[in-house]
Amino acid sequence: MSTRRPRWLRRAGSWVADHQQAATETLDRLIRAPLGTLMTVAAIAIALALPAMLLIITDNLERLTGDWRGGAALSLFLSADMDEAAGTRLATALRTRIDIDRVDVVSREAGLAEFRQYSGLGGALEQLKENPLPVVLAVYPAPDLADGDDIDALVDGLAALPGVDFAQADARWVQRLQAILSLLRDGTLLLGGMLALGVMLVVGNTIRLEIENRRDEIQVMDLVGATNVFIRRPFLYAGAWYGLVGGILAWAIVASAIALLQAPVSRLAALYDTELTLTGLGLRPSLALLGLATLLGIIGSRIAVGRHLRRLRPV
Amino acid sequence: MIEFEHVTKRYPERGDALRDLSFRLGGGEMAFLTGHSGAGKSTLLKLIGLLERPTRGSVRVGDEDLAALPRRRIPAHRRRIGMVFQDHRLLADRTVFQNVALPLVTAGMPRDETAKRVRAALDQVGLLKFERALPLTLSSGEQQRVGIARAVVGRPEVILADEPTGNLDPELSREIFRLFERFHQLGVSLLIATHDLDLIQSLGHRTLVLKQGRLIADAMPRPVSEKAQGEALAP
Repeated sequence: MSTRRPRWLRRAGSWVADHQQAATETLDRLIRAPLGTLMTVAAIAIALALPAMLLIITDNLERLTGDWRGGAALSLFLSADMDEAAGTRLATALRTRIDIDRVDVVSREAGLAEFRQYSGLGGALEQLKENPLPVVLAVYPAPDLADGDDIDALVDGLAALPGVDFAQADARWVQRLQAILSLLRDGTLLLGGMLALGVMLVVGNTIRLEIENRRDEIQVMDLVGATNVFIRRPFLYAGAWYGLVGGILAWAIVASAIALLQAPVSRLAALYDTELTLTGLGLRPSLALLGLATLLGIIGSRIAVGRHLRRLRPV
Repeated sequence: MIEFEHVTKRYPERGDALRDLSFRLGGGEMAFLTGHSGAGKSTLLKLIGLLERPTRGSVRVGDEDLAALPRRRIPAHRRRIGMVFQDHRLLADRTVFQNVALPLVTAGMPRDETAKRVRAALDQVGLLKFERALPLTLSSGEQQRVGIARAVVGRPEVILADEPTGNLDPELSREIFRLFERFHQLGVSLLIATHDLDLIQSLGHRTLVLKQGRLIADAMPRPVSEKAQGEALAP
């Protein structure tokens, strides 16, 4: 009894084998031209690493300012006739509001001690006969108060309360920084889009040269009845390989940059009494980078192949 | 099998390469195509292989009107035709086996079937032992035989040969024509463009003569004894 596989299965096996052969032969061709391949791959890697790095920096800064924002409070400076007990009563009333998350009472003594610590005027402060600082309430807005206008309205409302001399929004500069970061993110995405187009053009130009170099081979394949799909296949694999290897190199560039910047960033953060550990590309973003790079390579190649093959096969 | 009806092919820079050409080649028929350089022989073959489209008139191969054939069906049409070229058109960086297999690989034939057919074709042209060789290591005659093997491996309905012995000496030329006779005897239609008038006359097949793009003679085959034919093709 014949154990030969059905013809459709054999054709499917041949199809897979043809793709494997195209992929490996194309890779072999790229390896045999290392300088040219490296130049194309390096151009792709730099074009992808730049926006990736900017996005990572933006992410890390957004994470940092998010922490700051959580710690940023409104400061209510109470009038001179309000003692700590009055301040505590006011704090208790404010805690019942839904637009306020937390209220801390900073006594005159605690305020003076903090001022002595951070101002560097410890010696001069010893000369004061009495503590001039008022009782301060540190008011933390509710988390859902994201908008700057909401914060302003809260500040204005609290400033108008009896016993409150002055209200200050410490979080305003953090909001400004976050707006800048948001602009930076949008700009990075725009830059990334333009560089992605650049990647496709680089790959497309490289494939165009490859087509020219293999013009005779293409014409022979055309003569013996090769379909467009068959002729295009090795060039699409070339585009995919350029993209994938370029993506891997871009990932390596970004990872190296993160590693090199870790120590200086930590030192800078320490000077501001804070901690910052740079977060690089996680698994999913890394795979997305490689996938995007490969896709850009294939698209760039497909466009070039379509245009230039038509030129070689005028009928 | 092949039918030309009032075919004209005009090139903008060269003028008419073919003018109002009409002829018919039946299935299993072998014919020579001859004429001076620039007479239109290669153009005629290109029209059959759909490397060009006629400016006017109709070219039919089998039941297909080539002028109306859409682009996506051209590869399938070319696989019905085997083409042999004066300059062989082999891929230098692929082995003899891979060159001969090309029409079958492009058609998606399973690998085991491909291997069987390639070896059968190479055996027919006497080059089975060279299947792993690269084309440039072979002689000109051997390379042409590889080209013929590639042309017949797909079991085409018709073989077109454009000056297949143009670069070969008389002995090798006779060797090549012996192969063509063998395939003709298997029922394949052949249309061979050649300047070799001696062989044309000695083989006695139908001969189409072109002059400045016009068909000026269509000499039907005259009886030639097998002995005479054998002598003409003897090494």
